[in-house]
Amino acid sequence: MAHLNPTPVLEPAQDRTMILNMGPQHPSTHGVLRLLLEIDGETVVKCIPDIGYLHTGIEKTCEAKFYQQVVPLTDRIDYLCPMTNNLTYCLAVEKLLQLEIPPRAQYLRVLLNELTRINSHLVWLGTHALDIGAMTVFLYCFREREQLLKIFENVAGQRMMTSYFRIGGVSLDPPLDFWAKVKDFIDKFSDRIDEYEGLLTSNPIWIERTRGVAYLTAEDCISLGVTGPTARGSGIDWDLRRDMPYSGYEKFKFKVPVSKDGDVYTRYLLRVQELRESNKIARQALEGMPEGPFKADSPKVILPDREKMKTQMEALIYHFKIVTEGFAVAAGEVYQGVESPRGEMGYYVRSDGTAKPYRVHMRSACLANLQALEKLCIGRLLADVVAAIGSIDIVLGEIDR
Amino acid sequence: MAPQPPITEIDQLKDRPAVAALQAASLVESAKFDRDELTIFVNRADIRGACEILRENPATKYNFLADITCVDVFPSEPRFEVIYNLLSHSRKERLRLIAKVPGGDPSIESLMGLWPSANFFEREVFDLFGVRFVGHPNLRRIMMPEDWEGHPLRKDYPVEGYR
Repeated sequence: MAHLNPTPVLEPAQDRTMILNMGPQHPSTHGVLRLLLEIDGETVVKCIPDIGYLHTGIEKTCEAKFYQQVVPLTDRIDYLCPMTNNLTYCLAVEKLLQLEIPPRAQYLRVLLNELTRINSHLVWLGTHALDIGAMTVFLYCFREREQLLKIFENVAGQRMMTSYFRIGGVSLDPPLDFWAKVKDFIDKFSDRIDEYEGLLTSNPIWIERTRGVAYLTAEDCISLGVTGPTARGSGIDWDLRRDMPYSGYEKFKFKVPVSKDGDVYTRYLLRVQELRESNKIARQALEGMPEGPFKADSPKVILPDREKMKTQMEALIYHFKIVTEGFAVAAGEVYQGVESPRGEMGYYVRSDGTAKPYRVHMRSACLANLQALEKLCIGRLLADVVAAIGSIDIVLGEIDR
Repeated sequence: MAPQPPITEIDQLKDRPAVAALQAASLVESAKFDRDELTIFVNRADIRGACEILRENPATKYNFLADITCVDVFPSEPRFEVIYNLLSHSRKERLRLIAKVPGGDPSIESLMGLWPSANFFEREVFDLFGVRFVGHPNLRRIMMPEDWEGHPLRKDYPVEGYR
């Protein structure tokens, strides 16, 4: 293709600078991110992120699947918060279908989403601390994460690629011992957060490595499209759960932690506070869990119960039709954004009236947040690049899709 | 909940600040309000001007560019629809701007000057659809390898790739 610009080959601008290639197989880039760094001594002069190593063409694959078959694909783009992606996609298609979701399904979705957020933040906290040199936190975080993965396995049958949500609700009512397991986790988790904070918050080495490092202003957040905890750390008071509620979030009481400091330490403090808030939301969802159906009443879209299929002819026919032909969705287009652990995760879905989506586009929070990396790194020490990458909490699977 | 038919009459949408602001500059080609979402179609030559108005006008205040994407409606013409997703933090409202781009000359003005966040979004659309963004300082492939042939998300691009 003659019209393509070639990849820039970074040449040192002055004799005193040198080019350093970081990644794509670097342990602290959280996936396969490649950075081209121009350094002057130990100071970063230029930073060019190179992505695409995990591109699998999921958006193209979606166009060849029935609407329900897309749900397992959405797990795979962000393996740390699969439920958030399931939810975003399901909400978008439900908006296209104008389906009403029963309260129990909404509460279950909120509960599992907050547990997913805790799961994602735990992995972030563990690996971020590991990058900067605090080994112990990783082990503590993964202890609780294991408990969460067991809860997910209990409810969905899978530890990571859950695909638990269905268009119109959730796949099954949770098993009976699920509630006790979640309650046990929520009751203990607050003390666990104190443990992590005890290791880090007033640790002089941690503070030295993070305070005042990788500063980002509120104006840069807006102009670079940064969302989520990274933006809230710079003073952008914006959380989609509170400001544009979805899936019944307006019924829950929680605080949105915001700070103006804009450095790595602040982003750490905010995410830890978010862990506490998520725990609170999960407790409210668990205690207020309504009784009733866990999927919407729409036989042409939602698979019938197994028991009904054995006794009712219509249920058997609907099951056969949905599995073999999918369900047609009225033509139109929607965009649904939700607050993922990393920022605004959005799905744009367009239907042309058939049983397969005409176009599915994922608005990745990480892709936009990654654009801020250059701002965060320039003028800072090389060692701070690792802290900066950790603090914007990127998942390369979501960036490349 | 019975499905509501979309509203496509511009006269019925005049009380929406975004429609009013763009109509004052006569930039609205058509508009629709469907499933609680407002979409405005603008000419591809006006896209930057429209975004500037929507960002600066105190009645609209769309300060945040959430997303840029594209849809290929092959084989009809104009073939590409470049979709801009704007968000207003103060008004808590979203807006979708669509500019249609012909397949013969797939190009549109870049928004890099207004929102630097357009950088990766536009590169992605260029990479996967082949729509050129005029004025983008660094328009090259972002997802696919740089020697890749074709633009995978086009509808005439086979799912298995060219053999």
